[in-house]
Amino acid sequence: MNPQEIAALLTEKFGSQILESKLDAMNPWSAVEPSAILAICQFIHSDERLKMDHLELLGGVDYKDRIEVVYVVYSMKFRHRYTLKCRLTRETPKVQTVESVWAVANWHEREAFDMFGIVFDGHSDLRRILCPDDWEGYPLRKDYKFPKTYRDMPV
Amino acid sequence: MEVDYSGDVMTLNMGPQHPSTHGVLRLELKTDGEIVADAIPHIGYLHRCFEKLAENIDYPGIIPFTDRMDYCAAMNMELGYVLAVEKLMGIQINNRVRCIRIIMAELNRIASHLIAAGTYGNDIGSFTPFLWCFRDRETILDLFEETCGARLLYNYNWIGGLMYDVKPGFEKKVIDFIDYFEPQVGNLNKLLSDNYIFVKRTAAVGILSPEVAINYGVTGPNLRGSGVKFDVRKDEPYLGYEEFDFDVPVGKGDYGPVGSCWDRYIVRIREVKESCKIIRQAVAKLTPGDVHESIPKRVKPPVGEVYMRTEAPRGELGYYIVSEGGVKPHRLKVKSPCFTVMSAFREVSRGSMIADVIAILGSFDIVLGEIDR
Amino acid sequence: MESIARLLQLIPKYSELPEFLRALIPVVVSCVVVFALLALAVLFLVWMERKVSAHIQDRLGPMYVGGWHGWAQTLADALKLLLKEDIVPASVDRTLFKMAPFIVFLGAFAAYVVLPFGATSFVADLNIGILYIVAVGSLSVIGIIMAGWASNNKYSLYGGMRAAAQIISYEIPSAMAIMTVIIPVGSLSMVDIVNAQKGGIQNWFILRNPFTFLGFIVYFIASLAEVNRTPFDIPEAESELVAGYHTEYSGMRFAFFFLAEYANMFLVAGVATTLFLGGWTQVIPGSFIAPQLLPGPIVFFLKALLIIFVQMWLRWSLPRLRVDQLMYLSWKVLLPISFVLVLGVGCLAVYW
Repeated sequence: MNPQEIAALLTEKFGSQILESKLDAMNPWSAVEPSAILAICQFIHSDERLKMDHLELLGGVDYKDRIEVVYVVYSMKFRHRYTLKCRLTRETPKVQTVESVWAVANWHEREAFDMFGIVFDGHSDLRRILCPDDWEGYPLRKDYKFPKTYRDMPV
Repeated sequence: MEVDYSGDVMTLNMGPQHPSTHGVLRLELKTDGEIVADAIPHIGYLHRCFEKLAENIDYPGIIPFTDRMDYCAAMNMELGYVLAVEKLMGIQINNRVRCIRIIMAELNRIASHLIAAGTYGNDIGSFTPFLWCFRDRETILDLFEETCGARLLYNYNWIGGLMYDVKPGFEKKVIDFIDYFEPQVGNLNKLLSDNYIFVKRTAAVGILSPEVAINYGVTGPNLRGSGVKFDVRKDEPYLGYEEFDFDVPVGKGDYGPVGSCWDRYIVRIREVKESCKIIRQAVAKLTPGDVHESIPKRVKPPVGEVYMRTEAPRGELGYYIVSEGGVKPHRLKVKSPCFTVMSAFREVSRGSMIADVIAILGSFDIVLGEIDR
Repeated sequence: MESIARLLQLIPKYSELPEFLRALIPVVVSCVVVFALLALAVLFLVWMERKVSAHIQDRLGPMYVGGWHGWAQTLADALKLLLKEDIVPASVDRTLFKMAPFIVFLGAFAAYVVLPFGATSFVADLNIGILYIVAVGSLSVIGIIMAGWASNNKYSLYGGMRAAAQIISYEIPSAMAIMTVIIPVGSLSMVDIVNAQKGGIQNWFILRNPFTFLGFIVYFIASLAEVNRTPFDIPEAESELVAGYHTEYSGMRFAFFFLAEYANMFLVAGVATTLFLGGWTQVIPGSFIAPQLLPGPIVFFLKALLIIFVQMWLRWSLPRLRVDQLMYLSWKVLLPISFVLVLGVGCLAVYW
């Protein structure tokens, strides 16, 4: 399936929950309603025409006015790829977890939580993964201030 | 074998300083005697926030940092990044650059798989394969040193070209090495791969079924070890890999169930042979040209975003770059193959023995520099 | 010991010493001699191990210390170990921790008392010699468990437990394999066993009949496990248990473990030589090599070195077994085989 067909399929199925699609980009993507992400992911994972069984990338991007969660998904069976984006507010970034769809999302979401403070609702083990457990702040946010000390040790 | 884990379990802290956690990985093992009820990996000891660093450096300046992710396969790491930026900027490279990149990437793949096989032998308790592998890897490093001056972290692939052209006589040295090296693979097989004890230790251990592997986003040799024939070089070719004739070896379960540690190991050994084939063809295709021809004066990609993935020795390496039109990337996200395979570790190692945990970890062939970034 | 006692007679006024001293001094002197020879042999074995492993691995090994092929490398290493600070970690059981290396070494060293290096070169010819070796050899298990427990380290504990399980399991097939020799000889004395094999290679037990030949194989495998050599080095499995029971040891105490390991290696090679390869007796029957040119102890050493070389060869070629596979091999493979061998040898002794 090419990106146009995937986007058409998504729009047909989810209608207004697909906020915006950009299909002429290098990575064709659709921005989706954060509340619908789990349903959409379940659909693209299990639908016979899509079978997006491989979550290639899950990560946050800080755009100063919003935080986006990017899902790059791929189908091992049909060899097609699509990108989904969730736009969240910077103050309370919160989105449903897709851990139940792709097991690998568990660690990717932990990383996004660690780096951006994005809270994944329903995640089984939402702890910091790369930074120490008592680290303060979310390093990959654009307004992050580097700490001078960590536990009284100069950084 | 059904074991009741409700009784006393002892927490055994394996790592971050341990001979066979391949770096600074910490495994929290819940052990019941020799049996491991649960193995929880803790990562991040090597975290240096490469992604944050990258947002503060211009595009060419990031290349040395990509080297330091998977330091066993630095050529492949920088290749993925360089290709992503080139895709973003729409740069076309000439044939010479392309062929040299392929030769370097495949040589580094051989070097990386030699480390994987050698250290795996070491994990299983056989020390000799390790040194045999390092002996052969040495020649590859010499070739790299001759070309770009560095033995481990090269900074050789530049955006739009290469740092230097190869020295005269490089092609012959590469072919000589391949001629010497191909029979050595057979020797390694005799010493380790088909050794009865080695097979007994690995062939029925750490079964990763194809479904679980895909669900956990496992890629590269680990996925192919589970019998899934998927290789980015074949299925989404970059650098013109489609012109090359090579096979994608998959685990067939020669000595046990498909997806065992042995399968993952042997896929790497077989891949080394395929890499030799690719190198021979790439050397034949090498035409004269200027490797600095299409290096841009100023690297300032247009606004946009790109996801580029390449087949690194440890699996599918993806770079997701968001450009806002500046000289620095707005966001650079790396999809690390070792990170995803490590998330499957807990699932695979549950209920095995302590020695098996080491065998499974070794068969995943992780590099902590890349997991922690 | 007799020869040493005779030598001591040459000291002036030796016979005027009190009776108990005349009984004691030869014992002490012969123990010192054995200890010195043992230390020398261990130094040589460590050097040999490094050289053998190096050449198997396509490298050279030590080449500089001492000039000729790094012969003094182990000497320098031993000196370094002895000069190192004696570290006793804070949370260990101090008494047991300090005692353990010496008990392990004692087990290895005491067995040398009955090992006949030559026709007259032995400390004592006990009439239960081989039984004594089996008994004393098990002493080191206690030391290893002590080390593992006293270190207060989980890896050490695992190492100690594995060692205990392994050594005790492999004692049985090895003792059974020894039986295949004892039955035809009809004596437990080491000297008697060697004397029964006099007269050249065709009289050695390894070639006497198929049962003793298989007995040799069983004994060799079991002895590898008893001295924790690869493929049975799971108690100190480096890639799993860091260093097993001697994780917390350093300096001189570690040196004692090291010494014990190589002393044990030489011991099992010596026992195998005595039991199956004819001990100090000449290889070729007849007398075209005069015993003066190739004395018994040298023949003994050469035979033992051959076995040790095979041990090293195996160590640097084979991977390590897993714990359950190790136990499987002992209880389900070697033990039944050794029972059959003992039965077979018994039948031969009765009906031949």
